[in-house]
Amino acid sequence: MNAALTIPAVVPLLPELVLGLGAMALLMVGVYAGERAVRFIDGASIALLLLAGLIVLALPAGKLVTFGDSFVVDGFARFLKILAILGSAAAIAMSIDYAKHEGPQRFEHSVLVVLSTLGMLMLISAADLIALYLGLELMSLPLYVVAASQRSSLRSTEAGLKYFVLGALSSGMLLYGASLVYGFTGTVNFAGIAQSAAAAGPGLIFGLVFLFAGFCFKVSAVPFHMWTPDVYEGAPTPVTAFFAAAPKVAGMAMFVRVAVAAFPGITAQWREILVFVSIASMLLGAFAAIGQRNFKRLMAYSSIGHMGFALIGLAAGTSDGVQGVLVYMAIYLTMTLGVFAVILSMRRSEGMVESIDQLAGLARTHPTMAFFLAMLLFSMAGVPPLAGFFAKFYVFLAAIHAGLYALAVIGVLASVVGAYYYLAIVKIMYFDEPAEGFAAMPYELKVVLAVCGLFNILFFLYPGPLVGVASAAAHSLF
Amino acid sequence: MTIGLGHYLTVAAILFTLGIFGIFLNRKNVIIILMSIELILLAVNINLVAFSAFLGDIVGQVYALIVLTVAAAEAAIGLAILVAYFRNRGSIAVEDVNLMKG
Repeated sequence: MNAALTIPAVVPLLPELVLGLGAMALLMVGVYAGERAVRFIDGASIALLLLAGLIVLALPAGKLVTFGDSFVVDGFARFLKILAILGSAAAIAMSIDYAKHEGPQRFEHSVLVVLSTLGMLMLISAADLIALYLGLELMSLPLYVVAASQRSSLRSTEAGLKYFVLGALSSGMLLYGASLVYGFTGTVNFAGIAQSAAAAGPGLIFGLVFLFAGFCFKVSAVPFHMWTPDVYEGAPTPVTAFFAAAPKVAGMAMFVRVAVAAFPGITAQWREILVFVSIASMLLGAFAAIGQRNFKRLMAYSSIGHMGFALIGLAAGTSDGVQGVLVYMAIYLTMTLGVFAVILSMRRSEGMVESIDQLAGLARTHPTMAFFLAMLLFSMAGVPPLAGFFAKFYVFLAAIHAGLYALAVIGVLASVVGAYYYLAIVKIMYFDEPAEGFAAMPYELKVVLAVCGLFNILFFLYPGPLVGVASAAAHSLF
Repeated sequence: MTIGLGHYLTVAAILFTLGIFGIFLNRKNVIIILMSIELILLAVNINLVAFSAFLGDIVGQVYALIVLTVAAAEAAIGLAILVAYFRNRGSIAVEDVNLMKG
């Protein structure tokens, strides 16, 4: 440590620096200008996120490494960072109209979303256990706060409390695993762990299990999913839309990077864990959602199921599998944001409604909205030729190439069961007696719904670019 | 008897288990859950420092310091959320945290 201290290269870190400094500047604006600046801060936060996204695209090509190998920007990181940024920016845009109608407008919401996104970017680029933990906590701490952000609502604060307790528990398990992995390999760096992990003792496997338990919590995979329905239902709806999109992308990025970059030598051991987690998530997502009448709660089970499908690709453990995970996450993001745009427009004169029965006859009162929602639900169910079909196709293909036939077959069966409750909503919209119509949809929700809907409908015409970029991103890990 | 790495790891494992059980068995008070979470993080720190001394590698101690710092931030946010919850519910008993089920 006596060598002359040199400043690490900061260029790979530029998007994170922009977000961090920008968030602090916006916080100052908010403190001095008060509630008048809410609209400006919402807009500026979106602009800041898009700027960070452009910087990610403009970074020099190839694999950039800095801060003593603890921070890496490769194709994989770039792809997922863009997804996380788009998810967060859309979530802020979708919160604008909600804040106007429901209770006091607070500028902190956008700033917290930006800070959480900063954590996600750190997490996606983390290449050692310390950076991983810091990124994870920077992502999670603002999430606990935004879940409880409606301070006068019992449901919102209860959701925040539950999320906090279980989130802190999962961070603790993850850290315990990280400490064991550090102890039994002698290093926190993923590349170093990969070298020592080949001579895996039981201590390392023990650490790996705890580490994966923490990851499963963050992506809400069974058996660590129990917080998801309650938090989705209790949190304010724009916050739920945010939870369902960007943090899942970052969590999956961390899961994939640790499994592939730090433990490539013991694939056989972690594959068994992932196969179990994936099957359990798909089945729970398919069966538990059937009885749900609350749309947000239903989306919680749906996201548990989708995480199960995405983990199939990781269980395959090959470059094709990781490509499948990346394509799945991109398409999942559009499906989720589109459906939440509809949930956020379920507003009558007396306030927001959340039950799926309220969608009755939507095809007659709001035909365009009903059409896009139906297409998104078909896509979630995996009906060809919509995008959701391709998402499932790539992960199943990778599983079959890796010889995981049982996993692929159970996945197909689970998606058939899952189709039931998606189609049930379509039936309510198209064949039930119309309920009273909703208030006019604000234009930012229209934009999100139209973009997501058209992406899902037209994806099959031109799947090449996304699949190609995902393939290059997956290859950068191997 | 010399105290070796195994002893430290055993203490940490016991503390960790106590923390986990403290979260799931306690039905009385959310504050006890926050204390259990601190117990888990301290178990991790014992692990990290013991490994660091055993391996002769300073990184483990750096990690432990970072964990301490983040744990403080986490506790602050947890207590803030708990205060907001108490204002609405008028109770912090664990069995009263039951508005949403299913």
